[in-house]
Amino acid sequence: MPTLVLERHRGGSLRGVGGRGRGPSGGDAAPGREPTPVGTGLLGVAAFLAAVTMLFLAFTSAYLARRQEAGWFAFTPPSVLWINTAVLLVSSGTLDWARRRIRVGDAAGLRQGVELTAALGLLFLLGQLVAWRQLAARGLFLRTNPHSSFFYVLTAVHGAHLLGGVVALAIVLLHSWQGRYAAQAHAGVTNCAAYWHFMDLLWLYLFVLLFWV
Amino acid sequence: MDAVAVRQPEMAPELHPRESFIRHYIFSIDHKMIGKQYFLTTMFMALVGGAMAMLMRTHLAWPDNGVLNPEQYLQAVTMHGTIMIFFFLTVMLTGGLGNLLIPLMIGARDMAFPFLNMISYWTFVPGVITILLSYFVPGGPAGNGWTAYAPLSAIPAAEGGAGLGQTLWIIAILFVVISSLFGSLNFLTTVLNLRTQGMSMGRLPLTIWGAFVTAVLALLSFPVLMAALGLLLLDRLAGTSFFEAANLIVGGAASPHQGGDALLWQHLFWFFGHPEVYILILTPMGVVSDIISTFSRKPIFGYKAMVLSLSAIGFLSFLVWGHHMFVSGMHPLLGAAFMGSTIIIAVPSAIKTFNWCTTLWHGRIHFTTAMLFAIGFVSVFVTGGLSGIFLAIAPVDLYLHDTYFIVAHFHFVMASASLFAILAGTYYWFPKFFGRTMNETLGKIHFALTFLGIYGTFYPMHFIGIHSNDRRLYQTTAYPFLSHAGPVDVFVSLSAFLLGFAQLFFIVNFLWSLKYGPVAGDNPWHANGLEWTTTTPPPHGNWEGALPTVYRWPYDYSVPGAQNDYVPQTVQAIPLAAAAGAAGGGT
Amino acid sequence: MEETGRTKDERRAGRWASVLIMFTLVAGVLSFVWSAKSYWLLPLASIQGASIDELFNIILVLTAIAFVAVHLFIGIALWRFPARQGTKAAHWHEHLGAELTWTVVPAIGIIILGIAGEVVWAKVYSAPPANAQQVDVVGRQFEWQFRYPGPDGKFGRSAPKFVTSGNPFGMDPSDPENKQNVVTINDLHLVVNRPVLLHITAIDVIHSLSLPNFRMKQDAVPGRVVDIWFTPDKPGAYQIVCAQLCGVGHYTMRGNITVQSQGAFDQWLQSQIK
Repeated sequence: MPTLVLERHRGGSLRGVGGRGRGPSGGDAAPGREPTPVGTGLLGVAAFLAAVTMLFLAFTSAYLARRQEAGWFAFTPPSVLWINTAVLLVSSGTLDWARRRIRVGDAAGLRQGVELTAALGLLFLLGQLVAWRQLAARGLFLRTNPHSSFFYVLTAVHGAHLLGGVVALAIVLLHSWQGRYAAQAHAGVTNCAAYWHFMDLLWLYLFVLLFWV
Repeated sequence: MDAVAVRQPEMAPELHPRESFIRHYIFSIDHKMIGKQYFLTTMFMALVGGAMAMLMRTHLAWPDNGVLNPEQYLQAVTMHGTIMIFFFLTVMLTGGLGNLLIPLMIGARDMAFPFLNMISYWTFVPGVITILLSYFVPGGPAGNGWTAYAPLSAIPAAEGGAGLGQTLWIIAILFVVISSLFGSLNFLTTVLNLRTQGMSMGRLPLTIWGAFVTAVLALLSFPVLMAALGLLLLDRLAGTSFFEAANLIVGGAASPHQGGDALLWQHLFWFFGHPEVYILILTPMGVVSDIISTFSRKPIFGYKAMVLSLSAIGFLSFLVWGHHMFVSGMHPLLGAAFMGSTIIIAVPSAIKTFNWCTTLWHGRIHFTTAMLFAIGFVSVFVTGGLSGIFLAIAPVDLYLHDTYFIVAHFHFVMASASLFAILAGTYYWFPKFFGRTMNETLGKIHFALTFLGIYGTFYPMHFIGIHSNDRRLYQTTAYPFLSHAGPVDVFVSLSAFLLGFAQLFFIVNFLWSLKYGPVAGDNPWHANGLEWTTTTPPPHGNWEGALPTVYRWPYDYSVPGAQNDYVPQTVQAIPLAAAAGAAGGGT
Repeated sequence: MEETGRTKDERRAGRWASVLIMFTLVAGVLSFVWSAKSYWLLPLASIQGASIDELFNIILVLTAIAFVAVHLFIGIALWRFPARQGTKAAHWHEHLGAELTWTVVPAIGIIILGIAGEVVWAKVYSAPPANAQQVDVVGRQFEWQFRYPGPDGKFGRSAPKFVTSGNPFGMDPSDPENKQNVVTINDLHLVVNRPVLLHITAIDVIHSLSLPNFRMKQDAVPGRVVDIWFTPDKPGAYQIVCAQLCGVGHYTMRGNITVQSQGAFDQWLQSQIK
């Protein structure tokens, strides 16, 4: 039977909208490879973090707008926040160390690093609770004034997200015990680390925003 | 995390043995079953929202019959808007159509994160339960409009009723927001990473382009609503003052609030709200493009322009929220800027309309019910789009703002258009998912009555809107200039009843066809899309054996010299008609 | 692929669909013509409103043309191109010239409209004339209150701390000037051909002062005062509507406007001073 091969996209007419294919077969992905260079899990984490960014951007614009209005009383940061910040920074370091251990195939090292990171994360959350207690001791509650309202809301929302990160670390730990990670296959660790580092940076951002802007 | 990601080549259908009833129908991780769950849940919610509309129209046409008191009327208005927007259209288009179609149309076994997909549905269900529950609490459901403007929605003393309804409203919407976020995260990743071999972005069906841009919009706009709802909830329950100014006197008593900003709610709400209305229209635009092309037997005109205009609309939707706030007390210079960004949206919208029309021209149109609804979509979209120009020009909006003119506008451009595309899509894809074709005679009656019902209901609202009849008024008898609006209200209500009645044809048709409709083959419409290349209904994993390879876009209809007037995306070399062997070179 | 009976069905269906679209077109246009006689813009009573009405009419003509053109095109296409035995659809799907045309033409139209809109917008929100009559406006559930300066044209002192249910303007009781100020409920008196500057706020939730005959609308937002001004130019009685959902009694929140001569206004103001 006679057949006809139509060249659908002549002269790169669709390159502008992202056509990656070339030639009549148009194949842009070899079997088993994903069409974008980023792993599916990491892409999912990135999309989630984009949403988290929008959430905090919304809080930020509300906060900055409120600062301009009358009746703004700022307070100084509770001292424990400095310790918390240091703890969280160190936890990013330990997690990166863990990731580098698994890259050389050291699963036990990975677990040690992840356990330490999770412990530091919980310590940070405990520290945030202490910060709340310090503020309460100064008579600053959720509804006391706009600054304290924003402080409690932002730290609570960040804390909830970080708690999610601790859960993710626990899953990584579980998977590691099940022997799922190897030097060449540890996307779960990388994805979890990306999330964790983002939460770390987010806290630095919030700390600066709340007290030094 | 990586454990839930589907590695496509490894996952062959035989890896999925027969599942228990619960795993198959309730906690399924199959995108098609989840899609059906969403579809049926949102259809049910559409009935609830429709019932609210019928109540409102009964009251408005015959205000003296005492069907609703003022508080119940506002509750009906609020719940109609809330349910139709959040619990029907948004979720139907993303959770329903998006789930059903995305993997099938891009050649994937399932979503990128099937487990998350299930979680997403089961986060939506508590939202449904919460909003329905709010009907049965003391004081009844929320009655402050679907926009829930603070401080009215933030100070229980300012509302009628006990206020619990408004609190439940916030919680219900939060469930929907979280569910939609999970969903859009999934859709985005799936479209980017799980396309089959040869399915480049430039070969995606426009339905998928619409769903893709929608997922981006949802992912970036829903978190803003989430922030706003969270702050509103704290204002209601914890006594914070994000949205209430100081020195308010509510119900004769001084309110303890310290000084927040009432406009902040509107900025946050509409920063979400405007992308939201495009969330409700971009997927429909894609669905309609595909259906018009299929049944015109002609390639969609200006594919590239369609993709670019979809993306442009998506991008612009983040820059125009202030056009909902021209009279809010926002600085006039901001109003001027938002007027500028808003009117630009008319251009990509016009491009799309002209491209649909041109696709019809010199086609060979098959007038199936799906096609009729797609054509109806173009009509109502144009009507609603044009009334939008009045509202985009801010000085004219000064007059028309919050009148029935705006009610007419968004019911055409967003609600009706979206509904038409959903119905078109249902008639079109029903055979693929349920194995049978819906009845065409009932379908055509359904279309004709719906089309006339829509125009009869919403078109006259332009007139009373131009006559300055404000929306959300329980009664207009006190306004001398509205004393003769009664006949219009009666006409609108009768049309609305016709519209409601017409949907019975759909429900009967749907249920009847499930069991007794003529059995459909794999490709009843002779369409090109990838979803028609698998068996009907598709198995878990979507394709028996290997995933298909794609060689062309989905719009190769009526290729000159070809044997058939359609060439599925999986065909590499087109069989030629015997007589036309001279055209083109074979390989 | 299809037999003759099917073809005939498609042609008949196409005719019906075309008739439906054409009916929409005709009914859509005729009903607007009918509406222009029965339900239209309320009688105009301000100088600024004239240019808004002009804009409205221009947009109406342009959108009517687009409405007719698109529906006519669809109606003809449905009539002319039903599926037929033995023939195929055309296969073209790109035409740069056509696509540029329907990008550029609407763009030009919309830019012209936009510029016209911006000009009118700037005029409406220009600085108020110095001789404008000033009125304070407070919206509350579910009434409008208006406060006029006394015959000497001065407002007394007011401050948020004095705001109570009975004193929504927060007028300082110790200021004798306030005795000369006039407060009315749901009753706004304006002077014909004299600009009026309204300072609008609210004390509970958001309301919206809608003055349809004057083509003005402004939300009354608790916590901020927003100024608008316009010049009424036709004596008579008009209505105020609350245009923002403000609670269960929203529909009862309305007021009256009287536009009168300066002499009549002065007389009325004097009669209101206690």
